[in-house]
Amino acid sequence: MNSLLNILWLGLKEIRSLLSDAVLVVFVVYAFTLAIYVQATGTSSEVNNASIAFVDEDGSALSKELLNAFYPPRFMSPEIINADDIQPDMDRGRFMFVVVIPPRFEHDLRAGRTPDIQVNIDATAMQQAGIGSGYIKNIINDRISSFMRRTEATGPKPVNLVVRKLFNPNGVSSWFKSVVAIINQITLLTVVLTGAAVIREREHGTLEHLLVMPLTSFEIAMAKVWANSLVILVATGASLFLVVHLVLKVPFAGSVVLWFVGVVLYLFFATALGIFLGTISRSMAQFALLIILVVLVLMLLSGGSTPVESQPKWLQYLTYLLPARHFVSFSQVIIYRGGGLWAVWRQFLMVAAIGVGFFVYSLALFRKSIAVSK
Amino acid sequence: MVSSASPASPAGASGGRVVSIQNVVHRYGKAVALDGLSLDVPSGIRVGIVGPDGVGKSTLMALVAGAKKLQQGRVLVLDGDIAEARHRRDVGPRIAYMPQGLGKNLYLELSVYDNVDFMARLFGLSPEERKARVPQLLEATGLGRFAARPAGKLSGGMKQKVGLCGALVHDPDLLILDEPTTGVDPLSRRQFWTLIEDIRAGRPGMSVIISTAYMDEAQQWDWIVAMDAGRVLATGSPAELMRRTGTHDLEKCFIALLPEEKRRGHKEITIPPRVAGNAELAIEAHGLTRRFGTFTAVDHVTLNIERGEIFGFLGSNGCGKSTTMKMLTGLLPPTEGTAKLFGSAVDAGSMEVRKNLGYMTQAFSLYGELSVNENLVLHARLYHLPPDKAKARIEELVERFGLTAHLDAPAGDLPMGLRQRLSLAVAVLHGPQILILDEPTSGVDPVARDSFWELLIDLSRKQGVTIFVTTHFMNEGMRCDRISLMNAGRVLAADTPQKLIESRNADSLETAFIGYMEDAIAEKERAEGKATAATPAPAPQAPPPPSPGEPRVERAGLKLRVGRLMAYAANEANQILRDKVRLAFAFIGSAVLMLVFGFGITTDVENIRYAALDLDQTPESRAYLEQFSAAQPYFAPTQPARSADEALRRLQSDDVSVVMEIPPRFGLDFRRGSGPEVLAQVDGAMTFRGDTVEQYVQGVHNRMLRDPASGFQSARAQQDTANIEERYLYNPTFQSIYSIVPSVPALLLLLIPAILMTVSIVREKELGSIINFYVTPTGRLEYLLGKQLPYVAIGMANFFILTALSLVVFGVPIKGSFLTLVVCALFYVMATTGIGMVTSTFTGSQVAAVFVTAILTIVPTIQFSGLLQPVSTLQGGAKLVGSIWPATYYMHASLGAFTKGLGAGLILRDVAFMAVCVPLLLAISVVGLRKQEK
Repeated sequence: MNSLLNILWLGLKEIRSLLSDAVLVVFVVYAFTLAIYVQATGTSSEVNNASIAFVDEDGSALSKELLNAFYPPRFMSPEIINADDIQPDMDRGRFMFVVVIPPRFEHDLRAGRTPDIQVNIDATAMQQAGIGSGYIKNIINDRISSFMRRTEATGPKPVNLVVRKLFNPNGVSSWFKSVVAIINQITLLTVVLTGAAVIREREHGTLEHLLVMPLTSFEIAMAKVWANSLVILVATGASLFLVVHLVLKVPFAGSVVLWFVGVVLYLFFATALGIFLGTISRSMAQFALLIILVVLVLMLLSGGSTPVESQPKWLQYLTYLLPARHFVSFSQVIIYRGGGLWAVWRQFLMVAAIGVGFFVYSLALFRKSIAVSK
Repeated sequence: MVSSASPASPAGASGGRVVSIQNVVHRYGKAVALDGLSLDVPSGIRVGIVGPDGVGKSTLMALVAGAKKLQQGRVLVLDGDIAEARHRRDVGPRIAYMPQGLGKNLYLELSVYDNVDFMARLFGLSPEERKARVPQLLEATGLGRFAARPAGKLSGGMKQKVGLCGALVHDPDLLILDEPTTGVDPLSRRQFWTLIEDIRAGRPGMSVIISTAYMDEAQQWDWIVAMDAGRVLATGSPAELMRRTGTHDLEKCFIALLPEEKRRGHKEITIPPRVAGNAELAIEAHGLTRRFGTFTAVDHVTLNIERGEIFGFLGSNGCGKSTTMKMLTGLLPPTEGTAKLFGSAVDAGSMEVRKNLGYMTQAFSLYGELSVNENLVLHARLYHLPPDKAKARIEELVERFGLTAHLDAPAGDLPMGLRQRLSLAVAVLHGPQILILDEPTSGVDPVARDSFWELLIDLSRKQGVTIFVTTHFMNEGMRCDRISLMNAGRVLAADTPQKLIESRNADSLETAFIGYMEDAIAEKERAEGKATAATPAPAPQAPPPPSPGEPRVERAGLKLRVGRLMAYAANEANQILRDKVRLAFAFIGSAVLMLVFGFGITTDVENIRYAALDLDQTPESRAYLEQFSAAQPYFAPTQPARSADEALRRLQSDDVSVVMEIPPRFGLDFRRGSGPEVLAQVDGAMTFRGDTVEQYVQGVHNRMLRDPASGFQSARAQQDTANIEERYLYNPTFQSIYSIVPSVPALLLLLIPAILMTVSIVREKELGSIINFYVTPTGRLEYLLGKQLPYVAIGMANFFILTALSLVVFGVPIKGSFLTLVVCALFYVMATTGIGMVTSTFTGSQVAAVFVTAILTIVPTIQFSGLLQPVSTLQGGAKLVGSIWPATYYMHASLGAFTKGLGAGLILRDVAFMAVCVPLLLAISVVGLRKQEK
């Protein structure tokens, strides 16, 4: 009972201290509003504004038709260049795609032959090159068949494929990116706040002061955990409602409560990581360097930036131990796909198990570091 | 003496004044540090500036040294206006300044020799001069034996001696020492002053300005400036001042000089004698020992303290006082020995003991951001005082400790004296039987100190509280019932102060203390079998000035500049080599991130888990689905779904990413030629993956329709299509590794060198060693380029590591010109360290510098320089940022050299751009870097 009270009072103090640190407050507010918005609407992996050029050696009505089929926003208006310029222009990175229409193209097509169209792709622009070339192929084929249909009768295709995209029918990338941004900020901010709270207390000598009082290191650590978690939860809730829901208009398919249960589980891990880093670094400056390394790695491997399935197999086994990966995964299930507990209990269990395990370890380390602190 | 004979000598030309200060006002935000101060300092003598902390002593000294920018008023030093950069440059080599704080301007990782040698290089001594001068100085100060030891591992007194060597290395005419002996043990203190005397004996023309918080120390100086609240209270020789106030020691003299309202309520402290005889022991320690590794911090300390006694612990910084207290409080388990409080053993972590204990740490350790009242309430709660009792107790304490007027003020904003009273109030809040106070009065002015002691005496005499207090003020030691003298982890003696003095036949506690210390050292040396009993006291000959008659100033300007630049470069390289965390960040950090990025960021979408939902189950439907299963490695088939419901659930739980649904009658419709529809349900939650999967599904479908072998081919459909031949330029297999791996170094060679560079400068600002740049003739360009050099080298080393990783681990070959890439990388790291320099000009703390630099570099590099989206597809502001951000050009060059196989000509354009960036960034940094503290 007394112990719970201690945790409560210390936690309230923690929140009070945080609120009076203007820089940190501004940082938290920025991280959960503007930063999310910028990340969600900034770059997109969709093909947007792709730079394209044509080498038109045919000069026919069909080749003009093909040229006109490419327009903003997906493509920039195509430029016409000479065949000699393909290599130097692509070397300089002026165009991602160059389409070459050979001489007598329309003529050959009408004669029932299958003429070649060459699409040069800058294959170093990975994300857009693959999808973009697919678009180009489809557009060219569609245009050719509709052009030909105007002059000749054509039958229906033998099989028609209808592709339906579930959970995000129009493929708006800000839906996905906004949630990944929130997840990244939760990781970053929780680690920063908790770790900084540990270091600040140590640097200001107040930790020592607390330790001569009838308090245990468990109570001191728990107070930091609940107080910082609460701040993050409130910020997350506000960000989800204000930025994601109101501004970006991302629909929330599943249960908000369920998602927050998952966030709380994840916070166990994130606060433990904060205490861990705060304990092993001797100064704020070291802590800052460590954070950059650790958090960057966590963010990149969580599956929020690129799909986990694309990682090499051995790396996938390793990332299986990262709660951040399960967090990204269950967030997608709940938020977009509307999955219930039946769909996410395994991830929940995994996050909870790793989180609590690491938490116990960090706490032991924290206690030990206090014992030997000079 | 050569310099006193020269016309520029201070005694010669300035009519006896070395410094003249007129109406100087200096503010920090709203706080006024110097309030219209005017002062003329006679030359050639020892001048002491006395006053408690926070009266403006340090500000005044920094202004005189030219380390701080003058805000208002005029300061003439050595016959010139110190506000003029030109004069500062000219007289810089004649002034030596040692800032406050033990070893503040030292580089703690560097050895003693390197520290002094570095200062000598900055003042332009030639290698031969340095080789002669530095060892000479170290010998003279008794540091010769420790020349190779890192400065951070020295005791406070020794650090101060190193600082003094650094200050004297260029033979100054004006020596400015800001509280050089605060926190230093009495023996070292005496040695320090002897050393100064010896130097002065060798150079009678030299003026020395010293500040101190120990009033008794100032007694021996020629001329005293007493300061309070940013103003001069009085000046004159100590004897004159004491005569004027009718007092017998300087401390009382100072109090008498204070304005009336400050003295109000102050009275001479009288300590009622303790009623002896109640022999109950409050604190017992027996053979208490604590070792940290091989270092023994506390060595067999035995103490017996009675209830109600005021027991003082005297010793310098680092003598083991705080460690002893931590063992007594149970904060730290002893390596050997026992501690008992009221007869029961102190176990580390015992709650009962802690409830009986009040503790006040060395530094102010309450929550500065909470108000006075909140601090008190928080502690009442943590000790579980019932709310009504707590309220009454807080009211009582606030009243008695005179905090009523400040209840709602944040504790951090209170003046030192009040803060310490608040700390004491908090410590006694729960009515403890034992109070442990660790240097409670350092930095508190004499009046506040006396009122603090009144409270202590009251607690001890009236309430029977046992008080254990540490201090390094001798006059506070005199007020204790008993004291123990501690040095290097050992208690030298313990008794009443009077008896200690008597037993050594000394005139003061300080002399007695020094006597005990000398005995201890002699004993130790006997034990170690040393032949001579020589203490490390300084050899009494002063270091001679460097080869007289050869004016150093005339050495070639450029050579001097390059020398200083190289001094900074060597210094920085030395430091980083000894800082394991930064070194690890520099090398392991970039390698780890390279591996994570290389393996972790891949846009190759493969092994898409797909499920068939075949509602037809005819040969045609199976043939159609067969095509998908066969499209390895793109699709990984899973158990077919049995119902639409199941299919949806599996999509929802991320079990599969695509479901191919074949409608009933598919086979029939196909045979009839009526064009049946197949539905592909693609998981679009992760948009990029969804788009790619859609393309794959389309691709498989289209190929099937064209391939005669599939059985879905139709003669008509083929006629209308052109054969689209895709040429994947530069990366024929279209694997993202060939694009990501060459791009990542652009990010890493930006992030890591920029952060290290900015930290190296901001760290100096934060730790104080930037003073060396302020007060030496080092130019901005010399400073910046000198610091940059090691980081460019680290950046290049990183470049080679990353290139090796690309070649060996990732197997990405270099198709183009490696040499051009190396040149490009060199310019790139020069530009990226330049970015770090620029961010260092506007950040004040290392943490801010790291985060600001990280955010400023990561965002444009990832978003606008072509890592994720080609620069050619950017628009507006993004395009502008992308086209001026160096990473764009390096990424182009790196991709060009690795994957595209571009020739040198195409990469040279990138080199040219970066070559423009480098001087530009340097110029911005030079403008932004201050040569004086604000």
